Amino acid sequence: MALNSKIPAGPMNEKWNDYKGHVKLVNPANKRKLEIIVVGTGLAGASAAASLGEMGYKVKAFCFQDSPRRAHSIAAQGGINAAKNYQNDGDSVFRLFYDTVKGGDYRAREANVHRLAEVSSSIIDQCVAQGVPFAREYGGLLSNRSFGGTQVQRTFYAAGQTGQQLLLGAYSALERQVALGNVTQYSRHEMLDVVKVDDKARGIIARNLVTGELERHFGHAVLLCTGGYGNVFYLSTNAMGSNVTAAWKAHKLGAHFANPCFTQIHPTCIPVSGDHQSKLTLMSESLRNDGRIWVPQQKNETRKAVDIPEEERDYYLERRYPAFGNLVPRDVASRAAKERCDDGYGVGTTKMAVYLDFSDSIIRYGKIEAGKQGNVNASEAEIIELGKDVVKEKYGNLFEMYDKITGENPYETPMRIYPAVHYTMGGLWVDYELQTSIKGLYALGEANFSDHGANRLGASALMQGLADGYFVIPYTLGSYLADDIATKSISTDHPAFVEAEKKVSDRINTLMNIKGTKTVESFHKRLGKIIWDKCGMSRNAKVLQEAIEEVQALKKEFWSDVRIPGAINEMNPELDKAGRVADFIELGELMCKDALDRNESCGGHFREESQTEDGEAKRDDENYNYVAAWKYVGESNWELEKEELNFEIVKPSQRSYK
Amino acid sequence: MEHYNMNLTLKVWKQKNTNASGSFEIYQVKDISSEMSFLEMFDVLNEQLILEGKEPIAFDHDCREGICGMCSMYINGRAHGPWEKNTTCQLHMRAFKDGDTIVVEPWRSKAFPVIKDLMVNRSAFDRIIQAGGYISVNTGNAQDANALPIDKKNADDAFMAAACIGCGACVAACKNSSAMLFVSAKVSQLALLPQGQPERESRVLNMVAQMDKEAFGNCTNTYACEAECPKGISVSNIARLNREYLSASLSTEE
Repeated sequence: MALNSKIPAGPMNEKWNDYKGHVKLVNPANKRKLEIIVVGTGLAGASAAASLGEMGYKVKAFCFQDSPRRAHSIAAQGGINAAKNYQNDGDSVFRLFYDTVKGGDYRAREANVHRLAEVSSSIIDQCVAQGVPFAREYGGLLSNRSFGGTQVQRTFYAAGQTGQQLLLGAYSALERQVALGNVTQYSRHEMLDVVKVDDKARGIIARNLVTGELERHFGHAVLLCTGGYGNVFYLSTNAMGSNVTAAWKAHKLGAHFANPCFTQIHPTCIPVSGDHQSKLTLMSESLRNDGRIWVPQQKNETRKAVDIPEEERDYYLERRYPAFGNLVPRDVASRAAKERCDDGYGVGTTKMAVYLDFSDSIIRYGKIEAGKQGNVNASEAEIIELGKDVVKEKYGNLFEMYDKITGENPYETPMRIYPAVHYTMGGLWVDYELQTSIKGLYALGEANFSDHGANRLGASALMQGLADGYFVIPYTLGSYLADDIATKSISTDHPAFVEAEKKVSDRINTLMNIKGTKTVESFHKRLGKIIWDKCGMSRNAKVLQEAIEEVQALKKEFWSDVRIPGAINEMNPELDKAGRVADFIELGELMCKDALDRNESCGGHFREESQTEDGEAKRDDENYNYVAAWKYVGESNWELEKEELNFEIVKPSQRSYK
Repeated sequence: MEHYNMNLTLKVWKQKNTNASGSFEIYQVKDISSEMSFLEMFDVLNEQLILEGKEPIAFDHDCREGICGMCSMYINGRAHGPWEKNTTCQLHMRAFKDGDTIVVEPWRSKAFPVIKDLMVNRSAFDRIIQAGGYISVNTGNAQDANALPIDKKNADDAFMAAACIGCGACVAACKNSSAMLFVSAKVSQLALLPQGQPERESRVLNMVAQMDKEAFGNCTNTYACEAECPKGISVSNIARLNREYLSASLSTEE
């Protein structure tokens, strides 16, 4: 069956309105009879569960954390985009749409992106009404800042904790629905399979992580809001628990997985300090507004950063990309850092880092401040002190975090940074209604693939998660459920539930009975190393083929030699982790396969075979202008189905930042 | 920054489940780098225990960047350990030296029963929020965001209160296990904003009632909560909570 994206007909800027005007509705009396399962309580899940509860559906919300408020959306720092044009700088729905399609290197679906831009304004309204304390100006109105890949100021923020404030807003709306009895909350629960009855998703099998018991839950529809799969790399900026398991179970039951090789490597993260490293920490993109990135001109430099004179420094982004300088998009900045370090110019003990230096900005701001104070004879020390205060006000919390982790003071010595895995643009294939290729199964937020193409712009993830949950799914779900009002709740004694639970239980038993010699963590680290080295910032056919073989071998070893302590019917974090790592291993193979198949460079996917003479990414629209949707056929066996992309409005061109 | 390695003795609380009684176990860890985070040191210990065929130590953690509020260790008698305004996950081993003995316990509070080892059940916090920690606005009800200007100082103060990560360190640090700092942060955030006014009185009464129901103790006025709060939530919020509660009690007709 060919994939049907169900994009509504008509002009781009009328599709969504037209869709909403004609989509089937479910009347309030019937909503009360319909049960919906929401897995994951980040921005997409919490906003969806709250909104659907408000509408009158009976909702069950699941999360593996001890409270919905802890989902990893909470860690987003920078901000959320919206086409409000409050700054009177020429922003519009069209410009947000255009920037997002272009930023995604022309691999996103136009109609979905346009809808995203259209609802972006309502998200800000909704969040403010909930009491989200966005940054404000002295006049009491909302403040904005700018982010990479755009020329307007459309990013709303709450210091460096925008994700936290938005999530707590959605969480409070969710908790209100729990209090009203419309939503039942299942914390410390992990979804371990989808239950299908007559080819429709009708529920899930979840494990109570405290008792280890398996539970069956029925739903007329199931929404997966389970985030991205960046932890396939082991080291990433994701939370330790972030995983692909829910999406992967859906995939193995028939949901196509789209563009798995599209992963975002964020250029400014705190570098790895040793083998013990368990996760990486992002330093917000906003730092590149004031920090200059450089490495020494000399290989194997041993002097301290402050002792290296100006003329012996290589500001390589400014050198290579004079037009955009330090503010090139994420994918470009990341590759350039890797290139310098691979060539032997890296800094720090591991030599896998570059400097992000604020000394110029400190002096520049210091002079401005001295000028404001009328202090024309300010000494250099005074200027530096004044400048530090300005930088502190802008980035204080990030500088503090850097200091805590590294023990170094970034006001005195440049930060050391290196790219790290941050976000995954790929995910479950969904149509315009956010329905996967399994009927009744939906994917929202980072878990789906549709809006960011091959590269996501900063401050767009929060926007997409909340758009899907607050303003898209409440409409599109009706289209499916309107035909389902006669379906009575299916008993969880139905053979499909019994069978699904047995499958999950058998797998857990198999894992526990391996009783091998190696820890789950050691397999995860090895998987991460393979994927990072061979399917990371730079990829070629030879290493991708090697990676596929290595991942297959690792899988075999995992299933014969992993050691999981403890028992099944108790709290057992090692068992939880084992199931997740087993799924990551399978996903890792598919990622490499997808990267191998796409012999072009686009966005975060850089194929060495497809580059310009000066080493820049080269897209191939003639052969790869499609979404790669992979259908699971059997072990290590997938079929590729292509969804051709039509660009009606934004005409693809080669990106240049020179 | 000079790096160094250290050998440590750990005394860690072990408890099989909520109903079991627990006790301290002693562990030795070797060659711990000063660059590691405290939780990475626990990762090293757990890997070692698994390979020795022993039970690893269960502890809560997720984001490991100080914002999710999941990590919750009571280290050498202090919630989240020795550093100021810090979470356990952001504590690094350079805070310790070779030969140290470190005592690690779970949050101790009747309202936070131990689930296993260092993990506790903090669902009481969810129930307090359910009692009123929100503004009753359905999706789609909102007016334009800039139709409601908010005094910058109030907006900033509301943000400072809203920065609470709900970790429960305030409860753990308090000898009465009071949840006043947590409750006051949410009450303050919403009381400072015009959006929060319609439910201002019912919110504070309901949240405090739920707090009492959950068996959190009374405020000790010793400010231990503020001292241990990783996000620096100020006790001035507790003063505001008391004012809000009194004012709501006086003006509400039973």
